[in-house]
Amino acid sequence: MSLAIATDSTTTQRNWLEKLGAGNIILAVALVLYPLVASDFFLTQIGGYSLIFGMLGLSLMLLAGYGGMVSLAQITVAGISAYAIAILGNNNSNILGFGWPWWLAVPFAVLAAALASALIGWISVRTEGIYTIMITLAIATATYYFAQQNYAIFNGHSGYAGIRAPAFWGIGWRDAKPFYYLCLGLAALCYAAVLYGSRSTFGMTLQAIRDNPRRMRALGYHVTAHKVFAWLLSGVIAGLAGVLLVWFNGRVSPGTIGVDAAIDVLIIAVIGGLRHPIGPFLGALVVVLMQTFAIDIVGAERFNTLIGLVFLVIVFVSPDGILGLWGRIKPHLAQESLRPGA
Amino acid sequence: MSLLDQPSSSSGLSSGDGMTRGQAWGLVGLLAAAVIAWLVFAVWPDWLNAILISKKAFVSAILNGITLAGLYFLVASGFTLIFGLMRNVNLAHGSLYLLGAYIGYEVTNRTGYWLLGVAAGFAVLAIVGVVMQVFVFRRLEGDDLRQTLVSIGISIVAADLMLAVWAGGTYQITTPEWLDGALTLPVITAVRSNGASVFLTYPLYRVVVLAAAIVIGVGLWLMLHKTRVGMMIRAGVDDRAMLQASGVNVHAVFAIVFAVGAGLAGFAGVVGGSALSVAPGEDVRYLLASLVVVIVGGMGSITGAAIGALLIGLAEQIGLVYFPTYGIVLTFVIMVVTLAVRPQGIMGKAR
Repeated sequence: MSLAIATDSTTTQRNWLEKLGAGNIILAVALVLYPLVASDFFLTQIGGYSLIFGMLGLSLMLLAGYGGMVSLAQITVAGISAYAIAILGNNNSNILGFGWPWWLAVPFAVLAAALASALIGWISVRTEGIYTIMITLAIATATYYFAQQNYAIFNGHSGYAGIRAPAFWGIGWRDAKPFYYLCLGLAALCYAAVLYGSRSTFGMTLQAIRDNPRRMRALGYHVTAHKVFAWLLSGVIAGLAGVLLVWFNGRVSPGTIGVDAAIDVLIIAVIGGLRHPIGPFLGALVVVLMQTFAIDIVGAERFNTLIGLVFLVIVFVSPDGILGLWGRIKPHLAQESLRPGA
Repeated sequence: MSLLDQPSSSSGLSSGDGMTRGQAWGLVGLLAAAVIAWLVFAVWPDWLNAILISKKAFVSAILNGITLAGLYFLVASGFTLIFGLMRNVNLAHGSLYLLGAYIGYEVTNRTGYWLLGVAAGFAVLAIVGVVMQVFVFRRLEGDDLRQTLVSIGISIVAADLMLAVWAGGTYQITTPEWLDGALTLPVITAVRSNGASVFLTYPLYRVVVLAAAIVIGVGLWLMLHKTRVGMMIRAGVDDRAMLQASGVNVHAVFAIVFAVGAGLAGFAGVVGGSALSVAPGEDVRYLLASLVVVIVGGMGSITGAAIGALLIGLAEQIGLVYFPTYGIVLTFVIMVVTLAVRPQGIMGKAR
């Protein structure tokens, strides 16, 4: 659907306000003003956390939506940058911890994540379709077990603790408001980048490869290189999310990158919808809200049953997630039924 | 692509000069077997003991690897069978294993008959498999991504419900007395100073697990090659539409395959739960094993599952003995190398 809008807009000249779209502007204003009404709990535990997992979902959406590659290793990539922050920066586990300043550690952590993602991509694009999900799940699980049994690099079962977000310009970036704005800023940046990138030459080529790899190969495009580059980009987003995640939690352990977490990212992206970059953020908000408040309904113990059932219903009823549901209702509201199959 | 490998398909490619590819591989295999046989049966010189810790550690690792491979084969063969026919990546396969183990535990504990537990593990899971196929996967036929997503959803719910019923404790299924005890193998681990040889002993139960895996492997092969249902399954793997057009009830065949695949997972659960233990989290472990085994061995191939299981089982146990904190890396390397050299897996066919 975003694709159709994008191609329409190239023919007519519009000013930047119209180009952004009213919906995006209202959303941006609402998100910026959110701290005025929200308590600290709602700012970080709901707002910040949703944005972080939204970014993780976005990194998956980029691969799955535009590239047709459903990955279960996004949390692994985020975990690599989180571990890198712990190892390169400071931690109080008395293992490694090179004490690099944040402005040096963060780029290296994100770079490590991006390269790891590209490597995972390179391994998994050797096969096609449903195999990707199997290979990435195997990689994610193997990494989890490796982090758990290795003490020299990952500090085994306990992982690293005492990782602090930096403080500069007189602001402690782990305080509620600064942290929320930090998450919002990075999430908005990634969101805009993905949206812009999807309309770029590379984005178009990637989507064409998703739809018909053989034809694109015959036309002379290097299919594998495009796919691996998409993995690299997705790794940058997941890596940034990993940095935020480790600052948010203050610690990282094998549990952070476990299979549950890997599946959570997929659930978030699928519940939200994989057609548009806003989907994962929507999904993250729904899941985080459920995680926080479902305890009152089903109790903390059976939360996974609830989320699993919601996930099953979404997959059965609406393959495109909440966005897909919206897409089905919207024509009835706006009588916009001229575009079949949108 | 296919579940079974026609014996004639690999030869005849380069039969003109010298050895064929198959013969070359056979020779390599023969050499490897000779080296392993020497390692197992010879009395080791000191330098070899120095490198490989001790002969006992090495041979035990190999034996443990092979018996673990038997268990992995039981789990993975169901997985690969289901995928080969239905293109269905059933990520709830690990949950089927764990559920089988719990059921085996309950039945064995209440009746006191271990064999009854094993039978119940197979039967109940076979029924669960049919129910899953008929009520869930049949509705999403032809949409493999959604089938996989649904299987993930099922595995989440199943893991949580099993946690609710059996809590987080660790269970051990008690094996009957006639399976306890150890077997003395004709393998000399060391020679005492007085000249007496020390022979290696090995738990009888593990040998039985391996034997069961081999019997079932052969049984599966026979079922696929010598029976009418097997013929239908093989035909369905190659061309599902044509099979349907020739009057076969494809859905019945699918249900049978799902029953056998899920039943094998349940069977493996009871057998594995008796050798090791039953606890939450085991589902993920065996799902990983199945995934890696079929990625390495080739999707949809029973022979491939056997080869893959052997490689992964050995890699895991050898890694455990010789580089404990990096053991999983070995498994990982095997997977990456296989994908790099032969993306469709060792016995898989390119589509």
